[in-house]
Amino acid sequence: MSGAGNREQVFPTRMTLTTMKIKLKGAQQGHSLLKRKSEALTKRFREITQRIDESKRKMGRVMQTAAFSLAEVQYAVGGNVAYQIQESVQNARFKIKAKQENVSGVYLPTFDSEINEDINDFKLTGLGRGGQQVQKAKMVYTRAVETLVELASLQTAFIILDEVIKVTNRRVNAIEHVIIPRTENTISYINSELDELDREEFYRLKKVQEKKQINAEAEEAEKAEKAAKSAKPSEKEADSEESPEEATSEEQSQPVDTTKQLDDEEIAKEVEQLEVGETQDLLQEKEDDVIF
Amino acid sequence: MEGLLFNVNNGYVEGVVRGYRNGLLVSNQYLNLTQCDNLEDLKLQLSSTDYGNFLSQHNGPLSTSIIRDNLSKKLYQEFQYLKKQSSGKLSKFLDFITYGYMIDNVALMITGTIHERDRSEILEKCHPLGWFDTLPTLSIATDIESLYSTVLIDTPLAPFFKDCLSAEDLDDLNIEIIRNKLFKNYLESFIEFIEKEFGQPDKEIMLNLLNFESDKRVINIALNSINNSELTSDIKLSLFPQSGKLYPLYHNQLSNIDDPEQLKTIVSSIYEYKELFNESQDNSGSSRNLEDWFYLLEMKYCKNAFTQQFTLSTIWAWLRSKEQEIRNITWIAECIAQNQKNRIDNYIAVY
Repeated sequence: MSGAGNREQVFPTRMTLTTMKIKLKGAQQGHSLLKRKSEALTKRFREITQRIDESKRKMGRVMQTAAFSLAEVQYAVGGNVAYQIQESVQNARFKIKAKQENVSGVYLPTFDSEINEDINDFKLTGLGRGGQQVQKAKMVYTRAVETLVELASLQTAFIILDEVIKVTNRRVNAIEHVIIPRTENTISYINSELDELDREEFYRLKKVQEKKQINAEAEEAEKAEKAAKSAKPSEKEADSEESPEEATSEEQSQPVDTTKQLDDEEIAKEVEQLEVGETQDLLQEKEDDVIF
Repeated sequence: MEGLLFNVNNGYVEGVVRGYRNGLLVSNQYLNLTQCDNLEDLKLQLSSTDYGNFLSQHNGPLSTSIIRDNLSKKLYQEFQYLKKQSSGKLSKFLDFITYGYMIDNVALMITGTIHERDRSEILEKCHPLGWFDTLPTLSIATDIESLYSTVLIDTPLAPFFKDCLSAEDLDDLNIEIIRNKLFKNYLESFIEFIEKEFGQPDKEIMLNLLNFESDKRVINIALNSINNSELTSDIKLSLFPQSGKLYPLYHNQLSNIDDPEQLKTIVSSIYEYKELFNESQDNSGSSRNLEDWFYLLEMKYCKNAFTQQFTLSTIWAWLRSKEQEIRNITWIAECIAQNQKNRIDNYIAVY
């Protein structure tokens, strides 16, 4: 249980015990929260993986038609239109808006594509011949770029989520397998140490009481002896002179003794009470833990 | 009578062209090409044709653009050879053919200049057939006025520029309009030249081909500008070459159409173009679209052009056929490279 290996290096005091208990509670709460987060993220992650798969397949198809439509343009126009097209571009027709989406505390960037229909730089490209093919290729490539944008936002989300899930899982596991057992170990260690101390104390008190009792008995015996002596009055007056002094001293010392005795008894009771209370406390707290 | 003296000046060239014509791929060879599984196979198949070992200098992986570039190089070499062999009327005719490519190059240079591109980068992209000595100097021009007065006045394109000097500032819209205006002027003066210089069978064939070219442009411009509010009907009208079967009856109507249906009804009233929209409606996009039909018609005309003896129009027909052939091979290569075998039969083979 309280193996020296896996516990924190703390002094086994009551205060540390409370701190440890709070710590344990916090760790358990954090664990359940993180677990829930990681589950939510994983769900999202699976969703995104599926969508990536879909859009990758789609991209394959779209890119194929797009590349082919470019071939058609080249066939129809006959020459090299690439330069003409490159030069006639002035305004961005296809724009991307980046947004952030919050998935259980993780900000995922999403890209929204937006087409400004008013801008069309290729109106006159291929006016003489092949204009229709150019327009068709433009349409197909617009779709291709849309798919690419979609895929890009999915991919970024994929990477970010992957990382976050890894970190969260690492935390969950660390809490579950390291922090909680360690705290528990520390608590049980402190408990056992405290119990040990209590037992020692209890034993010491017992010992003290025993000693006192022996002393008291011895004194009483002495008194009795003295009384027996004083019963023979003929002997020494000096003794008798001295005796009241002794008596007073004895009288003075006796009440002190009784108080001491009382104190000891009180402490013993207190300790007992404490012990009982502590076990109760522990029990209660354990119940708390279970509930939690 | 014109056949009597034809061979004195042009016999050799015509012979060479007819030789070239026999080298054009026939439908059997196209069938073989479509059976190829990869571009290496295609290269192998092409090596048994007139192209021979056109890719022999190329090492490394093949791509469609490499194939196209090498095929085109072969075409340019053949054309340059013809040009060197030509004289008199024939060389003027060949010059006229190159003007079309020059216009493209000029437009390209102007576009590049506006966007402040590196000159050598643009020059690389210019069409080799449209090369002329002062082409690199075009990049100094910043507006049409100076472009004309400093550079173009010395080029053969000068007459075509006369009408478009009104465009003050250069922007992309204007360049496309200028290009089409130039092309219109070019076609008109080409037709004029043919009518003046050529003899009977030649003239008829060439006019037929050029008229078709004009109509093709008219229909294309009308169709492509349907949803474009920036092109008024006046501008459109100024871009239509004033020739062809649609001129002058339908030009006004065509400049005012605002949906493709109207275009169809107008164009269908010409017998030769009746097919254009009928078929493309049935399986639009999948097999034949408008552009394909134009190419097919043009190829038919070109094939017919070879039936007459002693004509210079064979050169034009050959050049066009060869260009189409390069497009076809590129198309087939593209289909093979992209694994789109279901569209591979979309090439146009008439020989």
